[in-house]
Amino acid sequence: MENKKTDGFIHRKIALVGNPNSGKSTLFNALTGLHQKTGNFPGVTVDKKTGNAKKQFGNKTYTLHYTDLPGTYSLYPKSLDEEVATRFLIETENEDFPDLVIIVADATNLKRSLFLAGQIIDLNIPCILALNMIDEAEKAHFYIDKDRLSNRLGIPVIAVSARNNIGIEDLENSICREISEPAYRFIDPSNIALEAQKLIKKEINPAFKDFQALHRAHRLFETNIEWREKLAAADFSPTAAQAEESLLRYSIIGEHIAECTGKKAERPALTTKLDKVLTHKTWGYVIFLFLMVIVFQSIFYLAKFPMSWIETGFAWMQSWCSNHFPAGILTDLFVNGILAGLSGVVVFIPQIALLFFFIGLLEDSGYMSRVTFIMDKLMRRIGLHGRSVIPLMSGMACAVPAIMSTRTISNWKERIITIMVTPLMSCSARLPVYTLLISLVIPDKIVGGIFNLQGLALMGMYLLGFVSAIGAAWVLNMLIKGKEKSWFIMELPVYRMPKWSNVFYTIYEKVKVFLFDAGKIIVAIAIVLWVLASFGPGEEFQKTQTKIDALKQNFSKEYMDLYFATTSAERTIALRKQFVIDSSAWSTGIKILESQKLELSYAGHLGKLVEPIIRPIGFDWKMGISLITSLAAREVFVGTMATIYGAGDENNTQPIRERMRDERDPETGKPVYTIATGISLMLFYAFAMQCMSTIAVVHRETKSWKWPIIQFTYMGILAYLASLFAYQLLK
Amino acid sequence: MNVPLSNLKIMVEIMDNLASLSPGEKAVIDSFTDAELSLKLLEMGCTPGEIVELEKVAPFGDPIAINISGYVLSLRRAEAATVNIRRIVPEK
Repeated sequence: MENKKTDGFIHRKIALVGNPNSGKSTLFNALTGLHQKTGNFPGVTVDKKTGNAKKQFGNKTYTLHYTDLPGTYSLYPKSLDEEVATRFLIETENEDFPDLVIIVADATNLKRSLFLAGQIIDLNIPCILALNMIDEAEKAHFYIDKDRLSNRLGIPVIAVSARNNIGIEDLENSICREISEPAYRFIDPSNIALEAQKLIKKEINPAFKDFQALHRAHRLFETNIEWREKLAAADFSPTAAQAEESLLRYSIIGEHIAECTGKKAERPALTTKLDKVLTHKTWGYVIFLFLMVIVFQSIFYLAKFPMSWIETGFAWMQSWCSNHFPAGILTDLFVNGILAGLSGVVVFIPQIALLFFFIGLLEDSGYMSRVTFIMDKLMRRIGLHGRSVIPLMSGMACAVPAIMSTRTISNWKERIITIMVTPLMSCSARLPVYTLLISLVIPDKIVGGIFNLQGLALMGMYLLGFVSAIGAAWVLNMLIKGKEKSWFIMELPVYRMPKWSNVFYTIYEKVKVFLFDAGKIIVAIAIVLWVLASFGPGEEFQKTQTKIDALKQNFSKEYMDLYFATTSAERTIALRKQFVIDSSAWSTGIKILESQKLELSYAGHLGKLVEPIIRPIGFDWKMGISLITSLAAREVFVGTMATIYGAGDENNTQPIRERMRDERDPETGKPVYTIATGISLMLFYAFAMQCMSTIAVVHRETKSWKWPIIQFTYMGILAYLASLFAYQLLK
Repeated sequence: MNVPLSNLKIMVEIMDNLASLSPGEKAVIDSFTDAELSLKLLEMGCTPGEIVELEKVAPFGDPIAINISGYVLSLRRAEAATVNIRRIVPEK
């Protein structure tokens, strides 16, 4: 049983199992601290949290390897989460198979917790029952005689409160003690499907205990056609067997409860009072909307500051590197490819951290289940779950953290639909694009006495995002076939003060996962985009590049050295004036050359290549380039426009706006940016999936390229059709 | 002890389904009409003979929340309709 490895430590593999809301993750955090990492269980997108801890016990040192399994009510799985937990506990040949299982039971809800505990005991796995939230149970005057319970169950029973760090030491000591299989079985299932049990024992493993054989019969009946026939021939009816087993378990549980506990636990009065308000038919929604506005505003506005620090920091690093590293293609790759890509990854951290801070609070306090409760009926109509509300609302700030938050939707179909439609919500990256285009084509005037037309247009774009997300969900609901039934059987847990460390762990974990999983893809795409914009076919491109290099060299080195060689006292007004004139001429020269370079680059060629396709929706090749570079992030549109028109920059859009307004069609001589083009462009940005970070996150959350590709395609088609319709109608 | 017959209330059981309860009303779980759903409910502690109380109804009438074996469980109305209950009421 004990794995003594060469390092002299005793290694022990421990799995944490328990009902949802049993405080399992809090206990996991208490046992492992920051020594944890999150991955996926093989083949599925279910979080696998593992963590290590060292423990001195007696004169030996133990290395404890913990795995936090997804919450489950039984070992007869009905969702992906439960399937993962079940498989982990029955695949004895798996190298991760635990030496010991900690069954985390909610002490205030002992009856239901013992159901799962009984099944694990009957699988004959060495286990410990951790009576979590023991302090809450005592507060509710619900007393459990844990020694008596331990004697009756034949396994150690430890009272803990993970939230308040009670009994953790006891639990660790118990983990390090001699490990043994449960002393008794929980139920005697010898009357349930006896023939099937015999068949399994005979053909698979004669050493199986009754319940192991019975459970294997259920599993084989589900997964293996040959076995299904064989078991059916042995009169095996899984439904009847399972119902009989559940009834038997609860009758045994009833005896244990009667023997080991006092009067039953009362639901805290505070929870009942809070529920009256929070699920009220008016106040429930008012409070929910109010909370959502706070969450949304925080992500939108609070994240701005750290995001601009990150951007400034990276910009500083980029300029430092390009000034101090030898000029050349490698430096350029590092500065404008890799660093720019990294900046595009890191810049999301504030939004992710803020969203998961709020989600952590809502989840940990128990409020999230009430949101699900009051929103379910509305969301169900369009094939979504009550839980889809949070990702959709968060999508108005940023789709990246929003899609990461869909993990709490356990039904596969509902989750996929939520992921697929969330990027349609108007995210903050679309705002600069909308602002530029609205100020360009929508007149700044008051309508109806009080409404500013530009403001109305912006509001319209947000509304459009929302309506199209709902519509797309409704359509996808018809198209996607679900494998599992959508159920809404869930507990409404009691309200608790959120535990800060839990919230912190959630943020830490989500940020880490984003950086390392989605980050790779984002940097890769950034490099591809850099190649497209910095290289071009033919000599013309090279010539332009040489001119730019020469001009930069020229001005920055000699002239600036000369200028700064003089002390400020020596700088005459005339010299200063001359410098200003020269430097502005110089920067204009560079801007014109950069614009030419972009036109000659692969991106420019691509823009011209797609021109025939985007003509019908009113775009020229210049906008084509912007569409391509916008793949990095939608707001890049503004920067690219600045480069193309050699005017202004992201922070000062006034010159770009003027240049764009003056832009004339070379053939007709009419303005390019008309209402028709402007609206067409806005619609395109509203619908198209122009965000590599979202693509990367969808890939990570669906574990496939299929869904990101479908999403990219359907949103692209939608964008094209909407723009086509609008342009042809308005032109 | 002699109890006047007029004071004696006669209680009768009425069969109904869980979705028909109104808030605060109690009943006893009797049986199930959907096999698959019943397995899930049994695991969650909704066993025949358990006393169930309708805790509250979500706005728009669906889902509902019931109080069962010491905790609150929420389920959709359609799901609750598959649970047969015995309501104990005085005879009219």
